[in-house]
Amino acid sequence: MNINLTLIGQAISFAIFVWFCMKFVWPPVIAALEERSKKIADGLEAANRASRDLELAQEQATKTLRESKEQAAEIIEQANKRANQIIDEAKEQALSDGKRLRDAAQAEIEQDVVRAKEALRAQVSALALSGAEKILGASVDVKAHSEIVEQLAKEL
Amino acid sequence: MASENLTASGYIQHHLQNLTYGQHPDGTWGIAHGAEEAAAMGFWAIHLDTMLFSIGLGILFLWLFRKAAKKVSVDTPSGLQNFVELMVEFVDKSVKETFHGKNKVIAPLALTIFVWVFLMNTMDLVPVDFLPHLASLLGVPYFRVVPTTDLNATLGMSISVFALIIYYSIKVKGVSGFVGELTLQPFGKWMIPFNLLLEGVGLLAKPVSLALRLFGNLYAGELIFILIAILPWGIQWALSVPWAIFHILVIVLQAFIFMMLTIVYLSMAHEDH
Repeated sequence: MNINLTLIGQAISFAIFVWFCMKFVWPPVIAALEERSKKIADGLEAANRASRDLELAQEQATKTLRESKEQAAEIIEQANKRANQIIDEAKEQALSDGKRLRDAAQAEIEQDVVRAKEALRAQVSALALSGAEKILGASVDVKAHSEIVEQLAKEL
Repeated sequence: MASENLTASGYIQHHLQNLTYGQHPDGTWGIAHGAEEAAAMGFWAIHLDTMLFSIGLGILFLWLFRKAAKKVSVDTPSGLQNFVELMVEFVDKSVKETFHGKNKVIAPLALTIFVWVFLMNTMDLVPVDFLPHLASLLGVPYFRVVPTTDLNATLGMSISVFALIIYYSIKVKGVSGFVGELTLQPFGKWMIPFNLLLEGVGLLAKPVSLALRLFGNLYAGELIFILIAILPWGIQWALSVPWAIFHILVIVLQAFIFMMLTIVYLSMAHEDH
């Protein structure tokens, strides 16, 4: 084994290879590796976050659904109540209207009766007067006897 | 085998001889023929085969990884990118487990060491005669295809790592801190020479053990492949297949050990005692 210039040649080529590797091979590869591991970590984290979000959203959806159902039930109940109320009111209104109409009709009838009575009374008194005139043969002083006639008429 | 009249030891020696280019003792430049000539060239010679394969494999590694890194995609990684990411992630994890400081060099350094050493070790699985025979057909007398069986290659890397250890030790602890670490432990200031000896040996043992471990494992592995290749051709597979399968473990393990020890040494360089 001879130790010779090859030793120095080897050392120089070794140095050049190491320099080249350090400059042009190592950095891009290691950068890619680091970027990938970062990407994977980010991806995993995003997945975790997404599943958490999904859980929250589902919870939210269930809650909203339950609330809507409650609201709908409430609205239906209110509507039912209102409908009943309206019906009751309408019934009452109808009843009162009917009563009023009947009362008015009753009052009119009574008035008509009174009016007819009055007219009859007047006619009766006139008849009675004329009858009495005929019987007495003389005219009755309306003015003088009107009080009596009135009395008479009232008695009828 | 390259030639019919080779003896077994000649065959082995031929396989363990690097293609050495340098200055002959007579002053001319050229390829060394044989171990003696290569040794005579001294320090100022170069192993062309080691350089060719190590640089070639280094470029293959960087080309492949750069190709994946250029069109890296976060969402849809392609097949090559998956492989590159696997390696990068594995190295990054190993570094993060061992080294806790902030340093932009250590992780790419560890990746380069791991993949490069692994590729160089993998050349060991190519049957021992394929490439040398091919080369001899092209007129190249010697051809060792596994750079990590050349002590120059492993020492070249471990000395670079050693330089980084010294650099970061001084950068983090300062010159005085580093010198103090070498001289004031473990026995306090009255034993400075002894401490220096102890710590100095410990420090120097790091690159030497790093280089020798890788070299020794791969050299031994290759030697066994060569020995198997001497056997009659009919029974070679019975030994070379199990050994190759076992060797798959060795080449990955040695690349991993080289990388891990580099990380450990550098993280020790960053720590104050």
